Amino acid sequence: MEPAVFADLRARLPAAATAVVSHGVLAIGIARDDLLPAVRALRDDFAFDLFLDVTAVDWLPKTPRFEVVWHFYSTTHKVRVRLKTRVEEGDAAVDTLVSLYNAARYMERECHDMYGIAFRGNDDLRPLLLYEGFVGHPLRKDYPKDGEQPLIPMRDPERPA
Amino acid sequence: MNAPFDAPLPNPIRPAFDTAAEGRMIVNIGPSHPATHGTIQIVAELDGEKVIRADVHCGYLHRGFEKECESHTWHNLIPYVDRLNYCSALINDFAYCEAVEKLMGIEITPRCRYLRTLLSEYSRLADHLTCVAAGLMELGAMTAFLYLVMMRDWIYEHLADLTGARVTYSYGRIGGLARDLPEGWLARLEEILGRYNEFVGRVHGLVDRNRIFIDRMRDVGVLTTASAIDWGYTGPILRSTGVPRDLRKDTPYLAYAELDFEVPVGIKGDNYDRYFVRMCEMDESVHMIRQLVEMLPGGPISVDDRRCTFPEKHLVYGEIESLINHFKLVIDGPRVPAGEVYSAHEAPNGELGFYLVSTGEGVPWKVHVRAPSFVHMGGVHTMLEGYQLADIVPTFGSVNMIGGECDR
Repeated sequence: MEPAVFADLRARLPAAATAVVSHGVLAIGIARDDLLPAVRALRDDFAFDLFLDVTAVDWLPKTPRFEVVWHFYSTTHKVRVRLKTRVEEGDAAVDTLVSLYNAARYMERECHDMYGIAFRGNDDLRPLLLYEGFVGHPLRKDYPKDGEQPLIPMRDPERPA
Repeated sequence: MNAPFDAPLPNPIRPAFDTAAEGRMIVNIGPSHPATHGTIQIVAELDGEKVIRADVHCGYLHRGFEKECESHTWHNLIPYVDRLNYCSALINDFAYCEAVEKLMGIEITPRCRYLRTLLSEYSRLADHLTCVAAGLMELGAMTAFLYLVMMRDWIYEHLADLTGARVTYSYGRIGGLARDLPEGWLARLEEILGRYNEFVGRVHGLVDRNRIFIDRMRDVGVLTTASAIDWGYTGPILRSTGVPRDLRKDTPYLAYAELDFEVPVGIKGDNYDRYFVRMCEMDESVHMIRQLVEMLPGGPISVDDRRCTFPEKHLVYGEIESLINHFKLVIDGPRVPAGEVYSAHEAPNGELGFYLVSTGEGVPWKVHVRAPSFVHMGGVHTMLEGYQLADIVPTFGSVNMIGGECDR
């Protein structure tokens, strides 16, 4: 049985009108510019109070290349919602959600680290899992798996320090 | 290659602030500090001994887990997911396997479902024992630490009897489990649980009403429910603020809907409550394990599905179809239908979610872990600011940050 809040979302949230339930999660495709109002409605009108996650999927060589994916959970309705939006490589930016959820701060930093997605309005996108000065975004499909960027020089076994 | 080793090393982080106001100072704690478990760096601005603001940096244990996952078959990831929260590796196994099973449309066998539930609770017990023990040790309670770690070691050895490893078990399989229980395993389980009350009771006796313990823990690192949800806290930390939010009750999975258990909650969300919620959750876990032993049905532990379950060894060596099946599963990996799934389990630290994307290959297109420890690190500064420098150690201990899942 589908939770009542999903039907409610389809009726009242324009972006969700044709959304389908995928493995228990309502998956809503959304236009990039509708993100902030939609998430605000999710939080304030539909009680999706827990920001679970933000990440991206790199669909290289398809275009638009990146898909940014958010997950939200409602501690009232006990269901999850997924928002997805596609962005081009040359304009890989979406609005930040830090004004709505503080939990987004760290997770947006991670997503920026790994995929180079810019979160407009998040003024703290310092490297988090990576380090200062790391070049590139390792979870992009064109970043080599065996790429090495040691921060500390490799020790030469022939010449011990 | 031959850079001089006495040259100053570049700083891997950029602190959010590097100048202190008049009369204040900035100290750097970690990343390698004897009193914090986990490699974490905290840059704190102090006024005397009081923490004014803190900037928490993680990532020192980042090993490219998600990148690595994209080039191995679905089955081969099981040893990797073990190494996320290595205090309760079985829960990672089962959460990951369940996510893949959802994509493949597989329903596991009843015996597997109950065994996974039993082992999840057994792991939760081991994880909470570790967390509480380490937290107490950091406050100097060495005796209590030894009682709890003795219990934990029995559990580790008992699990080694089942899985062949003490910590990283690689015991889950897509569609089932690696092997059934060895003979006498349940009898030994009851022996260990039989000593639970005695050992944990001693710890209750030693610390619950201990003046020093209460002074260090009560009203320290206080978190309100609203703030906890805003910062993404789940698990015992969220429950310590007084709300019974638990995925085992709210979105029942495995066999939890059939079990009788309570969700312990705290009163004010301080360090003491987090200690006590974990202690009570262990009682509930023991209660659940005993029910599950009674409920455990017979039958196979893995589904009979050639897309994911390996054929029996004697068939691999005895007939060509099973030999090919075995090779296809090893070399190509199980073909997981294209699609995406988010599946979450209530791990000892909170919501452990796997977001998987498949393109129909034997290798995942993307594996993302929503690790509770990582999310908790994003908000932990709110529990440090305004308290004493020395409070960082117990507060941090009560959050139970596990580097393996935080930094991935």
